[in-house]
Amino acid sequence: MAAEATGERPAFPHRHLLGIEGLSRRDVDLILDTAEALRDISQRRIKKVQTLRGRMVVNAFFEASTRTRVSFEIAEKRLSADSVNIQTTGSAMQKGETLLDTLQNIEAMRPDMVVIRHWCSGAPQFLARHLRSAVINAGDGQHEHPTQALLDALTIRQAKGRLDGLRVAICGDIAHSRVARSNALLLRLCGVEVRVFGPRTMLPRGVAEALGVNVARTFEEAVEGSDVVMMLRIQKERQGADMFPSEREYARRFGLTPAALERAAPDAIVMHPGPMNRGVEIDPVVADGDRSVILDQVENGVAVRMAVLYLLSGPHDAIE
Amino acid sequence: MLEATDRPAIDARPAGLLDAGPVADRFVEKQVLMDRQAIDRALRRIAHEIAERNGGLEGVRLVGIRTRGVDIARRLQSLLAGTEGAEPPLGELDIALYRDDALSGLRLPEVRPTRMPFDVEGTTIVLVDDVLYTGRTVRAAIDAIMDFGRPRSIQLAALVDRGHRELPIRADYVGRTVETRRDQSVLVRLDERDGVEKVAIREPAEGRDGG
Repeated sequence: MAAEATGERPAFPHRHLLGIEGLSRRDVDLILDTAEALRDISQRRIKKVQTLRGRMVVNAFFEASTRTRVSFEIAEKRLSADSVNIQTTGSAMQKGETLLDTLQNIEAMRPDMVVIRHWCSGAPQFLARHLRSAVINAGDGQHEHPTQALLDALTIRQAKGRLDGLRVAICGDIAHSRVARSNALLLRLCGVEVRVFGPRTMLPRGVAEALGVNVARTFEEAVEGSDVVMMLRIQKERQGADMFPSEREYARRFGLTPAALERAAPDAIVMHPGPMNRGVEIDPVVADGDRSVILDQVENGVAVRMAVLYLLSGPHDAIE
Repeated sequence: MLEATDRPAIDARPAGLLDAGPVADRFVEKQVLMDRQAIDRALRRIAHEIAERNGGLEGVRLVGIRTRGVDIARRLQSLLAGTEGAEPPLGELDIALYRDDALSGLRLPEVRPTRMPFDVEGTTIVLVDDVLYTGRTVRAAIDAIMDFGRPRSIQLAALVDRGHRELPIRADYVGRTVETRRDQSVLVRLDERDGVEKVAIREPAEGRDGG
């Protein structure tokens, strides 16, 4: 039947979603297509289906986050999963201990899935090795933020009708950004030409080779002819004062203004993972302008997370 | 299951058959139940019955269950346009999220878009599927429709009713009722999707254990 009749795609062949690294193009397409199909639930009068009824999800956030956590929570509710939140912002001194202790506690709650955000790179991998549940990485240190990259790809695909052959500029703090890393990995996987640019102090050496992206020498060069301009948030909380001169200086040299956007393709779209520093990395006129798809990104975030929860809820025959 | 819809059949039983490889290897065609002409006649009659029973098409909405239910609903739509002079609006339903075996089954069904381009509130929904078997698909489809609102009523049209119901569900419009054994499958092939037009019964090949 099914498989024979239309060559239906198999279930998602991974037990966890730890990063974009390790996913195939086919996996990405399956997630995006599933998200597309699930999007309409959020537009219905009854914004809920029973699909994950009786499944339990633990949202373990070891780093302050409102929008990602809320987005996951909404996705879980739309699918009728039961969810609980654990939030701790433990100090660096306690890290090994805290994570192991918490792990035991989480396991005792017998969750089907664990969504984890952690300031330490690799924490989701660590959990995945020790937990029986499926683990979803909601951002770990400077490593990966796969659902962000997936929702960005969905937003681009909706606006442009495709991914292959597009040109995307990612600008800002490349060094500290897991968003940049996951996005670069995913976009390269999907045949997108990626250019990155940022202050010299925020462009890690060897980034071009590591991620398969081009490093632009100037902001203008990065934006020139781009189909998508993706601005990253300056993470004030994550870096010392010596990384960039001042907010005003940053805005002048690295901020996306209407004038800077002129250089992009005529139908270019503007993206930002949020929360925005208005007037720093992005001019409010651009953020609120008709090229901005920033609110579409938020809406797609729920759909992509629903898709990931759904796909990881299935039977796992092995793999990974 | 093995109703030859390309929805992974909800009625999978025995479960072991599901992953046993391509159906073509395990089933042989036993008998053609309906040819092009018979399918066409059956659908014309169903279209006529829908209009007759509802006193026209006022408030009537067709909702096809993916995949071939949608194809059949489209045909009913154009047949009704021809005889009644008005096209009833058409919805496309994917029931993956509503299957009762979705999370316990052997494979996770692929979710495809549901399109309900009208308000279901107060309407008469005619659900359309190719094969009616255990009734579980229809149960899932009813749940899916209810999530969009409260229709005045829901009716059911099926090209083939092959029996073996596991739920208290019956069709209001049936193209052909046929007695089958559970180990047989009913294959529906339609021009627009398969380039062939027929309904056939298939059964496990001789000398094979069927998984």
